[in-house]
Amino acid sequence: MDVINLVIDNKPVVVKKGTTILEAAKGIGIHIPTLCYMKLDDLNIENKPGGCRICVVEVDGRRNLAPACCTDVSEGMNVNTHSIRAINARRTVMELILSDHPADCLICAKSGNCDLQNMAHNLGIRKIHYQGEQSHYREDTSPAIIREVDKCIMCRRCEMMCNEVQTVGVLSAINRGFNSVVAPAFEMNLDHSVCTYCGQCVAVCPTGALTEVDETGKVVRALSDSAKTVIVQTAPAVRAALGEEFGYEAGTLVTGKLVAALRRLGFDYVFDTDFAADLTIMEEGTEMLNRLGRHLAGDKEVKLPILTSCCPAWVKFFEHHFPDMKEIPSTARSPQQMFGSIAKTYFADKLGIKREDLVVVSIMPCVAKKYECGRDEFKVNNNPDVDFALTTRELAALIKISNINFRTLPNEEYDNPLGESTGAAVIFGTTGGVIEAAVRTAYELHTKKELPRLNFDELRGMEGIRKATIDFDGTPINIGIAHGLGNARKLLEEIQAGKSEFHAIEIMSCPGGCIGGGGQPYHHGNAEILKKRQRAIYQEDTKKSIRKSHENPYIIQLYKEFLGKPMSEKAHHLLHTAYFDRTE
Amino acid sequence: MPKIKLSENTVQTIKSVCAEFDNKESELINVLHKVQGKLGYLPAEVQEVIAKGLNTSVARVYGVVTFYSYFTMIPRGEFPISICMGTACYVRGAEQVLGEFKRQLKVEVGESTPDGKFSLNCLRCVGACGLAPVVTIGEKVFGRVAPTQVKEIIAEYRQGCASENAKSA
Amino acid sequence: MVCNADEGDPGAFMDRSILEGDPHSVIEAMAICGYCICSDTGLVYIRAEYPLAIERLKIAINQAEEYGLLGDDILGTGFSFKIELRYGAGAFVCGEETALIHSMEGLRGEPTVKPPFPSVSGYMGKPTNVNNVETFANIPVIINKGAGWFNKIGTEKSKGTKVFALAGKINNVGLIEVPMGTTLREVIYDIGGGIKDGKEFKSVQTGGPSGGCLTKKFLDTPIDYENLGAAGSMMGSGGMIVMDEDDCMVSIAKFYLEFTLEESCGKCSPCRIGNKRLHEILDKITQGNGDLEDIERLKVLSNVIKDTSLCGLGQSSPNPVLSTIANFENEYLAHVLEGKCPAGQCKSLVHYVINEELCNGCTLCFRNCPVGAITGERRVAHFIDQSLCIKCGVCFEKCKFNAITVN
Repeated sequence: MDVINLVIDNKPVVVKKGTTILEAAKGIGIHIPTLCYMKLDDLNIENKPGGCRICVVEVDGRRNLAPACCTDVSEGMNVNTHSIRAINARRTVMELILSDHPADCLICAKSGNCDLQNMAHNLGIRKIHYQGEQSHYREDTSPAIIREVDKCIMCRRCEMMCNEVQTVGVLSAINRGFNSVVAPAFEMNLDHSVCTYCGQCVAVCPTGALTEVDETGKVVRALSDSAKTVIVQTAPAVRAALGEEFGYEAGTLVTGKLVAALRRLGFDYVFDTDFAADLTIMEEGTEMLNRLGRHLAGDKEVKLPILTSCCPAWVKFFEHHFPDMKEIPSTARSPQQMFGSIAKTYFADKLGIKREDLVVVSIMPCVAKKYECGRDEFKVNNNPDVDFALTTRELAALIKISNINFRTLPNEEYDNPLGESTGAAVIFGTTGGVIEAAVRTAYELHTKKELPRLNFDELRGMEGIRKATIDFDGTPINIGIAHGLGNARKLLEEIQAGKSEFHAIEIMSCPGGCIGGGGQPYHHGNAEILKKRQRAIYQEDTKKSIRKSHENPYIIQLYKEFLGKPMSEKAHHLLHTAYFDRTE
Repeated sequence: MPKIKLSENTVQTIKSVCAEFDNKESELINVLHKVQGKLGYLPAEVQEVIAKGLNTSVARVYGVVTFYSYFTMIPRGEFPISICMGTACYVRGAEQVLGEFKRQLKVEVGESTPDGKFSLNCLRCVGACGLAPVVTIGEKVFGRVAPTQVKEIIAEYRQGCASENAKSA
Repeated sequence: MVCNADEGDPGAFMDRSILEGDPHSVIEAMAICGYCICSDTGLVYIRAEYPLAIERLKIAINQAEEYGLLGDDILGTGFSFKIELRYGAGAFVCGEETALIHSMEGLRGEPTVKPPFPSVSGYMGKPTNVNNVETFANIPVIINKGAGWFNKIGTEKSKGTKVFALAGKINNVGLIEVPMGTTLREVIYDIGGGIKDGKEFKSVQTGGPSGGCLTKKFLDTPIDYENLGAAGSMMGSGGMIVMDEDDCMVSIAKFYLEFTLEESCGKCSPCRIGNKRLHEILDKITQGNGDLEDIERLKVLSNVIKDTSLCGLGQSSPNPVLSTIANFENEYLAHVLEGKCPAGQCKSLVHYVINEELCNGCTLCFRNCPVGAITGERRVAHFIDQSLCIKCGVCFEKCKFNAITVN
């Protein structure tokens, strides 16, 4: 292995050839500030345009300063990261960036979580010496994402996410020079574009230029309306991340405190989306077995592989980009929507109230869920099954506004009947989890035998595309997993070309699955956080006494009392959906 | 911006240009050149057809169109006026000439007159520095233009007898 | 194998003249170069604004193909080489090689950090050699006449000749080719025929928008890469713009900044925002609103932009500012301290006034004023209403009696 010897800030370092100055410095505890640069280890995601020029350092023998993020080390290099020249340049560049930024930190949605704000603080900027004209753009509000482009600093992270990782292609740098900015084609609104609302642009934006639509106010209003019964559901990935907003180490499970907080906020019932995830497995698993059974019996008409359909961004993605394949995904609604549908029928009936008097709020790791609950097919007489979807971040804000000391809350339990769930439902929160949960149930329903094991390590991990063959008691079932829409696209193109060997594929839009969702606490480019959340999710699974969806007693009861059996007509009406060609 | 409907003919023209370049995404700039050559400009609807033809995103096409000053989304006037703002022309008073054109036509740079007759643009050096300051109208090159001549140059074109009287280079 | 024919410097057109006049020299050199580096394809990235050069280059390529000098198995050597054209679309930054390559790939012409250099990873990820038209055009002659012959021309370190585009306030404008080491005085007075209208030489700007302005004291400096660099300017593309006493150097710096401002790709923050701020400060000074601190800020900011920008455009864009401050600091001081533009160019600092004693009331100015700011009757001294005057200077030019003065 080739090694390079160099000196950084008078410290000798030996690193592998091909290491950047930034990485080499990090290895010896020297933190060179970066702004546009972002790397998510193990996820193959890197943004390295070398554009912000904040990370410049002085290298002996070089005419100008070198960007540490994209300059490889070389033998005998002598680097000074904090010479007066480097510090002056870095601060001046920062002042320039701030001179074209509204600097309305006190009232900005990103305040406290803003990389730009932090950087200005760390660099000790006290005055902007170069004031001048500022860029002004129209604010763009969509059902899920708000673009306040005045705050864009052209780091290009969102553009990279939208194009390279997600291959959605909504955002591009446009114009040039001082007028350049990242925007959709013709600077159209996002809701006129093919945006999937996956929110990965929001997840990586270092400033307040991209944020989610804030609906906390609407929820507070509903909670204070005595005529309404307000219930809440919490998605699996939320419990593994919410703690971060209150100073807990990433990967700390805060399920009990989450329930307690929601109760303090005044929700009448605190339920779990996990319950609906178990229900999803019943429906989707059954649908999968139906298609598989027909396929194994030699039916040529049956469409395989079956694709999961829990992720609203993924659904919108194939509606825009692969409308010819809209028959392939499972027709099962997402857990959020199944919950809403059951809540406003079964549960409203139980309470004896009209659906209009029941408000369903969901807490989601996702911004696309805001869009999903607004889709027309999920409304009855214009009353949506799910009224408001808040992100994990919005919930944290709501808890803070409501003077709740999260860290001192006791652990509390979900309410029933829609609060009971299995380990299979919890793992919906990570990539590979939905299909593992489906395998646990489908195997037993198909083979009528008990699973010899519950953990399917071959389905787990962070690889963008994973493949595994699971033996269904003599029948090999080929399973594919993709997270990130770019990876999903690859599998879809295989199917289109008739080259796919899979029977079933799980697709999640966000890298890592829902734990890396666009509505989660910001990871600030640290992939370790996602991995810790993933570990927490699997840990929650093992803690559960029931780990297979079809064994959830409240699910069994729901079918007995209300739905009949999976894929029944009632189930079809309430729990399944159809997809639309959105190319025009 | 108001939506325009492209004729089937136009759509076919664009598609065939894309096909000519093997529908390759990397040929985007060549395709844009050729399409603008045929249609005169690149409105949003045209860019959408090109994006589809080259199997790329319309945002990327728009990103390229807005990067290069040669591409325009605004139809050019019947008489496109370009003022050379190269250094040689600048030091010989191109700015004053430009100012006079703006005043006379009541348009800013990059705009067209409401009647569609004139559009006003700046360009960087036509390589005729010896004639500075230089103005081009269509294919015609006007050399050593003084602000006082602007009014009559425009008037000539307004009357449609431009070519005979124009002081060609 | 790429030939850079995206001649974007305002005021430079030597590449165009080569491509229009002798395209075969470039084609021949590209084939030779292709032979040397085992490349079978040459791409010419040429400005779409040069239709004649494109047409002639196409004809020349066809001719070369007909003669079997391009194409498969050239002259039976087994070596094949073809040349294709790629069109620029009006982006100065595409003169930078990585930006040029991205543009040829159908992308926004944004430069990327080097390394990797194009010679390692360039067009479509392949190793790419990029050279300029003028460089190529030199090759056949050197091969024919030998390196010894070529080395005899020029100075010790800068060999051969250089083509300059001579323009501005000079009697003979146009392209000139001189041996390296010729002095500015020879170029301006002997070849250029001196300053127009007998005015006084003030400065010559070399190297295009990224170059610097040289003063009288450099008139006898031999021109080569080293000397120009040492004098705070550069050879660049070979543009040479001569300025006389009527040119305001602050305005000239502002003019160049306007150019880089418009041509900056916007990718890196120092170039995108820094040049904007430089321009704003210069504008403030030409408006008469500047102060001493502004000159200091210009210097500090210029140096940071040079030091931190991603590509050559930003790394050199402040040169006109720094060199005009270094060589004409008095002019800057006159603007900020006295509110005066010594060259009488900065409109905000200028008033056109009619000298009543010299004015005979001919009404010429009155009739030519585009905004009706001049009042008066025939044979009575006229008067300029300063609140209406747009300072276009028409009256000044028209007056036959020198009755209008610039204050």
